[in-house]
Amino acid sequence: MKLTLWSYEGPPHVGAMRVATAMREVHYVLHAPQGDTYADLLFTMIERRDRRPPVTYTTFQARDLGGDTAELFKNAARSACERFRPQALLVGASCTAELIQDDPGGLAATLGLPVPVVPLELPAYQKKENWGADETFYRLVRTLCPPPPPDAPARTPGRRCNLLGPTALGFRHRDDIVELERLLAELGVEVHVVAPYDATPADVARLPEADFNVLMYPELASAAAQYLQRSHRMPCTRTVPIGIGATRDFVCEVGTLAGLDAAAVEAALDRLQARAAWYSRSVDSTYLTGKRVFVFADATHALAAARVAVEELGFELVGLGTYTRERAREVREAAAGYGLQALITDDYLEVEARVAELHPELVLGTQMERHIAKRLGIPCAVISAPVHVQDFPARYAPQMGIEGANVLFDTWVHPLMMGLEEHLLGMFREDFEFHEGAAPSHLPRSAPAANEPRHDEALPAVANGAAPEAPMVTAALHATPAAAGAPDAAAPPWAPDAESELRKVPFFVRGRARRNTERYASERGLKTITVETLYDAKAHFSR
Amino acid sequence: MNHRAFAIQPVAVEPCELPVVHERGQREVFCGLTGIVWLHRKIQDAFFLVVGSRTCAHLLQSAAGVMIFAEPRFATAIIDDRDLAGLADANDELDRVVAQLLARRPDIKLLFLVGSCPSEVIKLDLQRAAERLSRTYLPQVRVLNYSGSGIETTFTQGEDACLAALVPELPVTSGRQLLVVGALADIVEDQFARLFEELGVGPVRFLPARRAGQLPPVGAETRVLLAQPFLADTMKALAARGARHLPAPFPLGAEGTTEWLRAAAAEWGVPATRFANAVGPRRERAARSLAGARQRLAGRRVFFFPDSQLEIPLARFLHRELGMKLAEVGTPYLHRAHLAPDLAMLPPGTTLVEGQDVERQLDRCRAAAPDLVVCGLGLANPLEAEGLATKWSIELVFTPIHGFEQAADLAALFTRPLHRRALLSRGAAAPEAIA
Repeated sequence: MKLTLWSYEGPPHVGAMRVATAMREVHYVLHAPQGDTYADLLFTMIERRDRRPPVTYTTFQARDLGGDTAELFKNAARSACERFRPQALLVGASCTAELIQDDPGGLAATLGLPVPVVPLELPAYQKKENWGADETFYRLVRTLCPPPPPDAPARTPGRRCNLLGPTALGFRHRDDIVELERLLAELGVEVHVVAPYDATPADVARLPEADFNVLMYPELASAAAQYLQRSHRMPCTRTVPIGIGATRDFVCEVGTLAGLDAAAVEAALDRLQARAAWYSRSVDSTYLTGKRVFVFADATHALAAARVAVEELGFELVGLGTYTRERAREVREAAAGYGLQALITDDYLEVEARVAELHPELVLGTQMERHIAKRLGIPCAVISAPVHVQDFPARYAPQMGIEGANVLFDTWVHPLMMGLEEHLLGMFREDFEFHEGAAPSHLPRSAPAANEPRHDEALPAVANGAAPEAPMVTAALHATPAAAGAPDAAAPPWAPDAESELRKVPFFVRGRARRNTERYASERGLKTITVETLYDAKAHFSR
Repeated sequence: MNHRAFAIQPVAVEPCELPVVHERGQREVFCGLTGIVWLHRKIQDAFFLVVGSRTCAHLLQSAAGVMIFAEPRFATAIIDDRDLAGLADANDELDRVVAQLLARRPDIKLLFLVGSCPSEVIKLDLQRAAERLSRTYLPQVRVLNYSGSGIETTFTQGEDACLAALVPELPVTSGRQLLVVGALADIVEDQFARLFEELGVGPVRFLPARRAGQLPPVGAETRVLLAQPFLADTMKALAARGARHLPAPFPLGAEGTTEWLRAAAAEWGVPATRFANAVGPRRERAARSLAGARQRLAGRRVFFFPDSQLEIPLARFLHRELGMKLAEVGTPYLHRAHLAPDLAMLPPGTTLVEGQDVERQLDRCRAAAPDLVVCGLGLANPLEAEGLATKWSIELVFTPIHGFEQAADLAALFTRPLHRRALLSRGAAAPEAIA
């Protein structure tokens, strides 16, 4: 048993629903009690889908247990087939039905249904949502794309590819598909089938006709891609084209898989220029240099974000982690490459503690990290599922490819202080309108109102040099005593003049200054922190 | 002010047995765990620990919508395959999780172990677990249990199960008192308390109380007004402790609230003038506040999918006070006794459906082409995309809708979707939904 407050992933049958709902002409008969239908609203409300997920729930009740839940399942499967006339039927059990062991696959096999039936075994007490989606897509592909005869001719590189992995409820999957289609068209590569998103079972059956696969989201389609590689000898891309560098690598990789000549690839790379690259070099972006950023997401987006943050925005990566345990090794290796220890956990309290401890200047995470960052008063951008309604914007906002890189620049930089504004804040930091309580003019206030002193109360205090911690930091203090803006109980006390000197440090770096100074003083066993200690520590950590 | 102009006279109740269609099939409703989302806001020092699966945790997270609480007062002890394979003793595991939880949250005074579908199926005895844990943690923390499982409870029945679990804990009283049962918004509770005070009805107590230490007493002289129509088990448990139910329509709308108050006033022998003086002006104000909504809704047809068991009193309100026509009134369960006064006020020929087969009901709904569909979140956008106006029903549970002062808010929940469609259709034809 594990105590869980919030979870990053749903149960595996929700992953199966993400595949079924993304597709057309598929139906999923789920052996499940009343209440499991809550999952429908994920799709109809969060993603604003205009159709119900193609799922029939058997809705068994306590009085059916020990009676004939199997008959209930068979009736549901039969009538779903009659009513919806799908090209393929997925059958499976949710967590409770797994316990009553009715074997939906076996039952469906006895019905002589007129369509292919794909039985799903998704162990609800071991596995989670992404695994469930991956497994479901793999089972579909395996059923609909049987291995070719052994004497099938060998493949040669060609310019037709499939896009694998986009599902319902995915983070920007809808727009990533469009962006990749554009990118591939630029290379003269044709997209044969996109699956599961908007594909029919007939489309899935045509997957082997293409020359290679583009694996967009490894969490959701690795098993299918591996199967196609193994059984159909279809090669597959490894690079996920998020960010300028990764997009360029992806173009080169596709060039090789499609057998394009080097000059054509070079020419394409010349044409593919992201505005984000220039924006990042422009002088306003000087202020992005060394911003301390914490990244936590599914493995695909976390790895991509880390690379973009470091290589393309000049941030300092202070934390990298994922809830995708299946890919823990890759993330650990990547983190080690950045000189960090990866945080591999699906316990959001652990993530919150780490964020509070590191006190980054920007959090790139999921909706969970958005809430953590909000509580701690730290700017945040969402880069990965789990998603919320605002992650399905009305506008075109891909993460992948060239436009994706532009979107990343905007969405990561906007929560931060604009360069010029930060400069002014530093210059006028004791000014009455530019005091630490004044949030960036383009943002709503992030700290909870209850913790904020009213301006007329705060101002004289600031002027006297006797202000409490900045409101942002105060909020953090209330949320977690470990927040970096708070004095470390174990550290030596601050002399009044040192404390007042610290207050002159711009508030957005004050947390770090306090932490570094206290660490410096503790390590040297100092009794008091003086103004000199503050500057000794500053010199020490600036080396 | 002439109070007599308003129907301060009791409503004449014609005994009218409406036929009820019973349906069985796929249900598009929440399970009883969902009640935790509002119950944990109501009982401010209680914690709800669901003993269940990842699905339960995901449901709560999804139903709670946004994660606005730093650390919510509900959580799930997720059963894993070690528990199922017997590698770990489920009771030891539960004790460990509870210890971990209470160490984190010393502010908790009342802990509910909430049973789920998986815990019911593996027959984990949460009652014994609660007794054992109570022995460990009393007097600091009282541990109770109830089931919110989908195989036993539908949506609001979770609140019924929770309140029923509280009843044995209530102290005894021999004094005469009114007990109002069912979670109400604090502001609504306060309004009712003031009204009863003016009527001279009292003392008045509320269940659930806002804090675990303030549980109301119960006894033979306790009279109960139900504030919610889904409290069958709670009422049964209270009756077993001597309390008596006062039958009344539910306090939705000006008329419903008047009749509900009247039931208590009659029991307390409140003189008619005193009742008219206290209730009349409020009722008049509430009726006035409904005038605009009545203009928008009169003659329009409404179709209810089953959801919260509030459907019958809501249909009564929409029909009698706002002039709506009832195309179909679906409800997950129909407690005939508790709903008798509301049922008697529905027009003859109303189609009542208990239970659900969602596909067939959708067919009927499309055929009926109502002006407004009251349904759950899973159905709302798909029906909107088909051109039907919808009111998502969970708002009817999360919004304060009881009493005179909320009558207009309640009506607005139904007018808003129609008003919005009217506003949006002034420019162009309705756009196709683009997912």
